[in-house]
Amino acid sequence: MSSASTILKNDGLTFAEKAISLNSDGEKIHRAGDIAVVNIDWAFAQDSSGPLAIKSFEEMGIDKLWDPSRVLLVIDHTYPAADEKVANLHSMIRKFVSKHGCRIEEGNISHQYVLENIAAPGMIIFGADSHTTQAGCIGAFATGVGSTEMAIIWASGQIWVQVPETIKIKLEGRLPKGVFARDIILHYIGEVGEDGANYKSIEWYGDTVKELTIDSRACISNASMESGCKTSVFPIDEVARRFLKEVDREPKYVIEPGDRSEYADEHMIECEKLQPVVTGPDTLETAHAVEEMSNIVIDEAFIGSSTNCRIEDLEVTARILKGRSIHSGTRCIITPASKKIYKEAINRGYVDIFLDSGAVFTNVTCGACVGTHLGVLGDGEVAISSSSRNYIGRMGALTAKAYLASPATVAASAVEGRVADPRRYL
Amino acid sequence: MLRGKAWVFKDCVNTDIIIPFRFKSRTNDPYEMAKYAMYGLDQDFPKKISKGDFIVAGRNFGGGSSREQAPVALKYAGIAAVVAESFARIFYRNCFAIGLPILEIPDVTKRVAQGDELLIDLDNFTVQNLKTKETMSAKRITGYLQHLLKEEGFINYYKKHKSFPWTTPKPP
Repeated sequence: MSSASTILKNDGLTFAEKAISLNSDGEKIHRAGDIAVVNIDWAFAQDSSGPLAIKSFEEMGIDKLWDPSRVLLVIDHTYPAADEKVANLHSMIRKFVSKHGCRIEEGNISHQYVLENIAAPGMIIFGADSHTTQAGCIGAFATGVGSTEMAIIWASGQIWVQVPETIKIKLEGRLPKGVFARDIILHYIGEVGEDGANYKSIEWYGDTVKELTIDSRACISNASMESGCKTSVFPIDEVARRFLKEVDREPKYVIEPGDRSEYADEHMIECEKLQPVVTGPDTLETAHAVEEMSNIVIDEAFIGSSTNCRIEDLEVTARILKGRSIHSGTRCIITPASKKIYKEAINRGYVDIFLDSGAVFTNVTCGACVGTHLGVLGDGEVAISSSSRNYIGRMGALTAKAYLASPATVAASAVEGRVADPRRYL
Repeated sequence: MLRGKAWVFKDCVNTDIIIPFRFKSRTNDPYEMAKYAMYGLDQDFPKKISKGDFIVAGRNFGGGSSREQAPVALKYAGIAAVVAESFARIFYRNCFAIGLPILEIPDVTKRVAQGDELLIDLDNFTVQNLKTKETMSAKRITGYLQHLLKEEGFINYYKKHKSFPWTTPKPP
């Protein structure tokens, strides 16, 4: 048995080892490879994982949630319902929420909502959605599970977890003009592959990190999941403290990884050497420099999803689209990641710029990212997207092709009607 | 012992391939999900396979989305087990949670060809290729996962024990 303060001060433990040790029964020290049962601070599901979680919960015959005040259902993926089938599953969620008195949020993307309203450093957050890792941007241990495991958490407030090994990634140097957080993470996944960090926890360090806003860190923590990681965390520094002050939230624990922690792997990314990246199609394992891809003609440019549609993303998009038109024959769809961002985009005048350019500005939804509505690709169509994945058939037809890039590269491509270098516009 | 035919797939078969979002997000019925199993690579897959067949795949099977509908679609399409060189983490957890047996064998795609008959022993974690007569050892599974594998997932486990694997009192 160790007290919380002993665990926090232990200089031989990684972030993940500390987070799990602090939040499991008995505060025993758990090291990489151990199986632990963690106590959950927050558990959420969305409209495509929630219904199956509700079904599993009810099949077990459990009649109440472990703590309704810590359970959240978010209707975000196909919001508002695109058809009857979706509408019926949304109704199922609303009935469950009203029966159990837990929290519901409609028309906000879960990960951004959780960051804006719930997450705090040192919390254990489980979501029935892979991109739950986003909350690692402010030092929460946050990870995704499936629906049945979410039902187990709803019933018990606990779940098993294997303490992950950790990869330390150091970001050094200034990001050049036109290169953003998304380019860093697309570059990293291109290097290590879609399972390069499978089962592992990623800790981010280095001078460049200090320059990254919470929006940028959220993008990286979210998109890190595409390398298979369990969690992806940033240090609690001045930038994180300022964010916490703005949202008036206290940390549960400020976890500093120990200096003598053991790492499974260490990487260094020289950010000043990076270029805008275009990844795909069909896989995140092929990351190209934008200039290699400029012959690719596009039908759709999508700026959206929890991965990459925060206010700084809309700011750069507006900078590029201001006074310009979307290329004829190309459609540009912009979907903000939260209502807060949506309102801010209106207040800052970005929405006028988007509409004047010929872009579509939609309500908050996961929509086009998952090919469910508001921008689905047809046969043989090609898209460039700031969303999370470019897999076969994800954004629509099986014969469609999707490429991933930063919002700036997507916006520049929307103007030119083909994959384009954003540096010309910045 | 499980006996069936192998359907061999490449590396990085992700969950968008196993069941696209637009189908999985519009039903809660596992048999409806099963109609779209492996849709991204072979839309006729559910019709081609026989109940009890296996999927054999390369590295990182089940990457991407957390969708539990992926293993559910495979299970209800009739797939009795998945043998892969490695699995993505959420897919791996989901298989134990819903009771779809999975086994990890490095290089399995080099040792099993499309259509080979396999014999899988879940008690001993072995896969025998009846065509080549080779027996392969899979990574052993311990702890909670072993209980979930034996009792076919969390729901069955809970119904039987009225507890979770970590809260079940140990037998004296």
